[in-house]
Parts: sequence; structure tokens; C-alpha cells
Amino acid sequence: MDAALLEVTGLRVWLPSARGEVEAVRGVDLRIARGETVGLIGESGCGKSMTALALMGLLPDAARVGGSIRFDGHELAGLDDAAMCRLRGQRIAMVFQEPMTALDPLQPLWKLVSEPLRVHRGLDARSARAEALRLLDRVRLPQAAQRLDAHAHQLSGGQRQRVMIAAALACGPQLLIADEPTTALDASLQREVLELLGTLVADAGMALLLISHDLALMARSVARVLVMYAGSVVEEGPAADVLARPAHPYTRGLIAARPRLGAPRGVRLATIPGRVPELADLPAGCPFSDRCGWVIDACHAGLPAPVEIGPGHAARCIRADQLPESARPELVEGLQPQRAGGAAAHPPGLRQAQPDPSAGSGRTGSVNGFGHL
Amino acid sequence: MRRHPSFVAGGVLVALWLTAVLVSLAWTPYPPAEIDIPNKLLLPSAAHWLGTDSLGRDIASLLLAGARTSLLVGVAAVGLGALSGTALGLLAAARRGWLDELLMRCADFSFAFPALLTALMLAALYGPGVSTAVAAIGLFNLAVFARISRSAAGAVWSRDFVLAARACGRNRLQITRDHVLPNIAAVLIVQATIQFAVAILAEAALSYLGLGVRPPQPSWGRMLNEAQEFMFQAPQLALYPGIAIALSVLGLNLLGDGLRDLLDPRLARER
Amino acid sequence: MRLDTTATPEALEALNRQLGLDQPPPVRYARWLAGLARGDLGHSVAYDTPVAELIAERLQVTLPLALVAMAFTTLAALALGVYAAARHRRLGDAGVMALSQLGMAVPNFWFAILLILVFAVKLQWFPAGGFAGWDDGAVPALRSLLLPAVALAAVQAAILARVTRSAVLEVMREDFVRTARAHGLTQRAVLWRHVLRNALVPVLTVMGLQFANLITGAIVVEKVFALPGLGLLVFQAIANRDLLVVQDVVMLFAAAVIAINFAVDLLLAALDPRLKAAHR
Repeated sequence: MDAALLEVTGLRVWLPSARGEVEAVRGVDLRIARGETVGLIGESGCGKSMTALALMGLLPDAARVGGSIRFDGHELAGLDDAAMCRLRGQRIAMVFQEPMTALDPLQPLWKLVSEPLRVHRGLDARSARAEALRLLDRVRLPQAAQRLDAHAHQLSGGQRQRVMIAAALACGPQLLIADEPTTALDASLQREVLELLGTLVADAGMALLLISHDLALMARSVARVLVMYAGSVVEEGPAADVLARPAHPYTRGLIAARPRLGAPRGVRLATIPGRVPELADLPAGCPFSDRCGWVIDACHAGLPAPVEIGPGHAARCIRADQLPESARPELVEGLQPQRAGGAAAHPPGLRQAQPDPSAGSGRTGSVNGFGHL
Repeated sequence: MRRHPSFVAGGVLVALWLTAVLVSLAWTPYPPAEIDIPNKLLLPSAAHWLGTDSLGRDIASLLLAGARTSLLVGVAAVGLGALSGTALGLLAAARRGWLDELLMRCADFSFAFPALLTALMLAALYGPGVSTAVAAIGLFNLAVFARISRSAAGAVWSRDFVLAARACGRNRLQITRDHVLPNIAAVLIVQATIQFAVAILAEAALSYLGLGVRPPQPSWGRMLNEAQEFMFQAPQLALYPGIAIALSVLGLNLLGDGLRDLLDPRLARER
Repeated sequence: MRLDTTATPEALEALNRQLGLDQPPPVRYARWLAGLARGDLGHSVAYDTPVAELIAERLQVTLPLALVAMAFTTLAALALGVYAAARHRRLGDAGVMALSQLGMAVPNFWFAILLILVFAVKLQWFPAGGFAGWDDGAVPALRSLLLPAVALAAVQAAILARVTRSAVLEVMREDFVRTARAHGLTQRAVLWRHVLRNALVPVLTVMGLQFANLITGAIVVEKVFALPGLGLLVFQAIANRDLLVVQDVVMLFAAAVIAINFAVDLLLAALDPRLKAAHR
């Protein structure tokens, strides 16, 4: 089975704004194989959430979508809502950023968690309750049995996020999209929830699209990474490579901007000059050209085509191979990229993340699972 | 017009109504109170644009004069209620403590008594009349404005710039005058417009019941009462006063909505 | 004991003493309150009957009227409000909003008169006034209550429809609606399973507040249709300067308002578990 689970080609999303229609997603190509973990990284407003919503068909009514979204061989773009409803929660699921407001305050937990099951499998109340308990146990919600009839306001943010994850995975979807699932949580909780996510995904052989602005998170969590800027994917490749040897000037800037523990006093934080332009005001050609330190006239000609840097690693920069080697391991301290096979030591008690041999041949030697924390 | 349809439409209607009032002060087609029995219950014609009522009075003139009454009662009742209510609300917000609690409990309590009920009670005690109507509607407005100004002022008092003013030694009166009032003005203006509309409806209902202005002062509400008596002979009598009331209330409501959108975008609801 | 204009001063004095009218107002007020506490509503001077009896009799008209009007209001407002929210930014929404603006501007007694003109005078489907009484069965009684109930309900429904619409629109913007959609629910399913229940919270609150307006409206509407209910009773009592009756009925109204608001609070607590928690 060589066919990818998700094949997105030339995805475009137009949104209405105060200044007319703007293109929020500009020709994004994305490919996810069965069981593969992919990260989408970028600042707020770069279009990553819009991309995710486009995949789910949950964009606002006023949005326009162009391009192709093929999921398991079927074209999703232009599909009517009824057909999308059958996919959502069952074959493709999504977890959102803000757990505090994501759950209906009037419904008991067992109903919230079992909702996809009741919708897609027609479960009755009793079976739904039993399933809900099983799901809540799987996400390790403490005292799940006593909490079946509890309500959302009785849970903390981290617990609500677990409930959301449990609900998303209820029907065993093939693809899970997680849009900044830990951004709203405390740092200590972030690792827990992310690790949970990783384990569940690996156990089920599910594909994962993880969206975040957090580099460290990405490094620990996914095998392949796409970097987005102003609606376009500017760099793509295995997580380890992109983070250790960033090619695109934007990616370099992102990584260089990470504060380093143990840096000598007086070292200034590196920043990327300028600000992300409004979508209506993007420069001609390369979207990053007005902030780039290596810009030349040819950069304004048009959106650069991807330039291959290494195996599976490409960047949309016409000067990518001319720029200085950026492999500076000390810059990526603290970003523990993946090594194949999950052979690293685990603290006791944590499930060992194993690559799932039955998940298909889509994985070409890149890694699966999550590293130790 | 496209951007502020409510404001414009409301403004037009209210302007019409005010024009009617102004015109009626100078001229009406016939003296409103002039009784002309031989010409009673006439249909609209060139001589009487909207016809005559059961006593031969010209309807158009009555309508114009009635506009005066509703304006008067509205201004008096809402004006008195707004002034006193706002004063109380500002006081409560500035002083807090037991005064605040007491005032707000009283306001809450009086919400159980709509204007009409108060008017009925006052009429029972003191007899019907225009002052009863004004007092009853005014009392209701007092409660409304006390509540609204108290909560709006309370929000302003907790803002940082007020804290800064207090740190500079400004006393409560100065802060209320210089900071609180300007910031709640928009809310109050919008509410006053809407309360005006409510007042017109209330005055009409009271006059209909015979508890409002006494004859010969004309009132749209009382015209409807008389129209109902002659429902079978002259059904058209019931139309005009009702339309007049509805248009002026509609105008004020739309104006209020439009003002709300204009004056404070934060207040504007999803339309 | 009743007197006429030929009464002597002594007889007048005796009557005053009998009715307790020779006492200063505060004393009379206190005695009235004491009487209320005992459940004794006093005796009507004008009708020469215990007030309690009068009220019970008039309630037979006002209570059904209020209930039917409330039912009409709720049905119409919920249906129109949800419809408008579902057709947001399209013609349906604008239409409902325009209708509700009209509904709020129209005086309820004028609307009542128009209803009489059309349905009673022209079409003759319903009586133009008066109450048929319950003795002949429910149908004639309800027929005489239908037009009044519609007149009462119209204005309330206009306001409540707006409240419903904005409540539904607000709830549809909540994150948990998106979560439900991500689980595969259709828009309609989301509406029924999640939105309506949540929107009901502000709507119920407003319905409770509207009760006072319902009472006021009932007074006016009863006058229009000459229905012998509580509203008309207050009215006639004022004309007769029968202060006791007015006091008692007004007190009854106030008590009803308090009771209704309390009931609404209970309903809300049952609906929304967060409120239950707050009360603990």
C-alpha cells in the first residue's frame, strides 16, 4: 500500500476580511502516510490552523477553498456536509487548543466522551457509558468511574484536554489532527498530555498531524515537520534534519531565536527583524523577502520552488544551497530529535512506543513514537 | 444609510414626530377640541384629511395635538426618572456600602411593579390625571436608571484611570463628574431613547384606561378608547391613533438601536 | 351597612368606626398586613363580599388567560428565534427582526382592537368581548380567551424572539459547538443536542422577568375585551375607591412575580449544573 493516507495538493483558503478577500493558505502541499507523525509549525496567523480546519471541512461558511484534499483515496474538497459528517470523528478526528471552553457545560462526561460513538455507531446509553469509562481510563483520567456523571466545570484544564482526546479517539480514526493541544496548559502538563497523545497514536497506528508554534514540542513529538510562513510551506523534512540543519532563512531565524540556557552574559537574543506582514500586504515573490537577511532581486520574482537540501528535506529558497551551513548543534540543545527504533531508555512506568509493523509501508525509515521525557 | 440603517430610519421617524409636535404648536387644520356634531364620523376627505370622530372633531388635528401630549409626558417622566435615578445610581456607585445595597434592593423590588401597576395604585390613592401618569412612569424610570447607571458606573470605578485619579487626591464628586459621567453617557443616552418609547406606550395605555391626561387634552390612547366604542359604525377610527403610536415608538426604538451601534461599538450586539 | 346621601353625621361616624376608617393610615396599614398574615384578605366595601371570594372568582378568567398567552409566547418566540438564528445574515433573519420591531412598537391594546375588528366584527369567528364562563364547557370559554391571549402574547413574543435569537447565535459561536461538529454531528444535530439547551438559560431568565409585563398586559387586555378578570377588578376597585381590593390584588401580583422568579431560578439550577454548584 503505497498510497498516502492524506494527500493535499495546492490547498488554498480565502477568507473575507475588512480589506476584501485575503488568501490565508497559499498552495500548501501536504502528504501524510498511514501511521506517520507530521508536525506543522509556524507563528500565529501563518495559516496552519486554517489548513487543519480545511481538512476537516470546518472552515467558516464565508471561506472559499481551492485545491485537492485526498483522504484514503477519496476527494474531500467540495464534498457536501453530510458526507463530511460521516468522516469527522470517525475517520478523521481533531483536538483543539482551548480545553476550558471546548466541552458543553451542560452535559455529563460520559455523554461528551461517547458522542462520536453514539453518532456513528448508534450506541445506546448503557453501552455508551461503558465505552466512556474505557476511553477515560485509556487517557488516564483519575477516578474515571466516579466522574462519569460529572460535568466539565468540575475538571481542570489538563483533565478536560484528556476528555477531548478520549472523545476524538473514540471511534478509532485513521488521522488525528491536534491543533496546539497543549498550548493552553501549564508546562508540566504539556509533557504529560503530549506523551499520552504519542502513546495512544502509536498504539493505534494512527497518523498524527500536530500543529504548534513550539519547536521543542515538535522535536519530541513528530517524525517529519513542515514550516509555514504567511500561508505557504517554506521548509519541509525529517524533524531532526530541519531542526539541526535549517535551510530556509525563516527556519534559521526561528531556531536561532530560541533562548539558550547557559549562554554567556550579555548575549543578545537573536530575533527576526520586522513583523509578519498582513495577508493583504505580502511582498511579491517570496513571502519572507522583506525580512530576509539574504534577499536578492530574484527573490521577488515569484514564490520559490522547493529546493532539495537532503533526503526528504526541501526548502523554498532559491539561495538555499548557497547559504552558510547552519549545523550548529549547540543551537539545538534541548531539542532532542528522534532516533529510529525508540531504543532510548524510558523511565519506568511509561509505555514503550513501538513502531507498528502493520501500519503500512508509508514510513520510509523515518521514526515513529515519542522519545523519553 | 447602508451602514447605519437603524439610526437613519429611526431618525427619520423621530424627526417626523417632532415636526408634528412643532407644527401643532403653531397650527392645526382645525382646533383639536372643536366639537362639530353635525359632521361627526366622516370618512377622510379634502376638508378633513383623516375624517372626524364621534364628536365631529378633526382627526388629523387630534393626532397632531396628541403628539404633543406624548412628548410632554415622555420628556417629563423620563427626564425626571433619568435625572433622579442616575443621581442615585452614581451615588450608590461612588459610596458603596449599605447605601448601595439598600438602593439596589429597592430598585430590584420596584421592578416587580411595572409602571401600569404603580399608576393604578397612585390613581386609587390620588385620582387619575396627567400627574399620576407622569409620576408612575417616572418612578419606573427611576428604578431603571438607578440600576443601569449603578452598574455602568461601577464598571468605570474599577478602571485603572479612576484609581489613578483617586491616588491624585480627587474626591468622589470630582471623579464622578469628570470621569464616570462622560464614560457612561453613551449607555444613558441609548437607554433614555428606549425608555422614551416605553413611556409613550405606557402613556397611551394609561390614557386608554382613562388614567392619563384628562379631556379636553388630546391623547392618542384615549382616542383609541373612543374608537373602540364606535367600532361597528366607524372601524377606521381605530387605525390612525394606533399607527401614530406605533410609528413614534418604532422610530424611537430604531433610533436607540442606531445610537447604541454608533456611540459605543463595544455595546453593539451581533445584529 | 351602607349609607346614602340622606345619612346623618352620627350614622356616618358609626360606619367609619365599623370599617376602621377612623384610624390613622399607618394603623390601618399595619392591620391590613396582620390580616394578610392570617390569610384574611378583608372585605370589599363596594361588592360587599370577602375579597378572597372576589379574587377566586376573577382568577378563573385571568389565570387561564395568562397560561394560554404564556404558551403562545413561548412557542412563537422559540420557533421564530431559532429560525432567525439559523437564517442569520439572510432574508429569514431580517424578516423576523423586522417583525419583532413592529411587534415591540405596537401597543397591545391597539393590536387587540384590530384583532377584534378583523376576527370578531368582520369575520365573526370569535366573540368581540365578554367571557362565556366555564359552566358550558371549556370550548366557549377558551374561544372568548383566544383573541385576548393572542393580543397579550404578541408583544412578549416579539421581545422573547429577539432574546432567543441572540442567545442561539451566541451559543453557536462557542467552542464546544466546534467540538461537536468535529465529532461528526450535523448542524441540525448540534442545534438540538447542544445549542438549544445552552441557549435556554438566558431565555428562561428573560421569561421570568417578562412575567410582570404579562400581568400589566393582562390588565389592559381584559379591559379591551371586557373580561371579568383580576385586571378589571383592580380597575373597578379604583373607580369605586375600594382601596382594600386594590391593595390585595397588587399584593397578589407581587407575590406571583416573586414566586415565578423563584421557580425560574429552580428551573435554571436544574438545567445548568454550574448553577447548582454555585448554590452549594
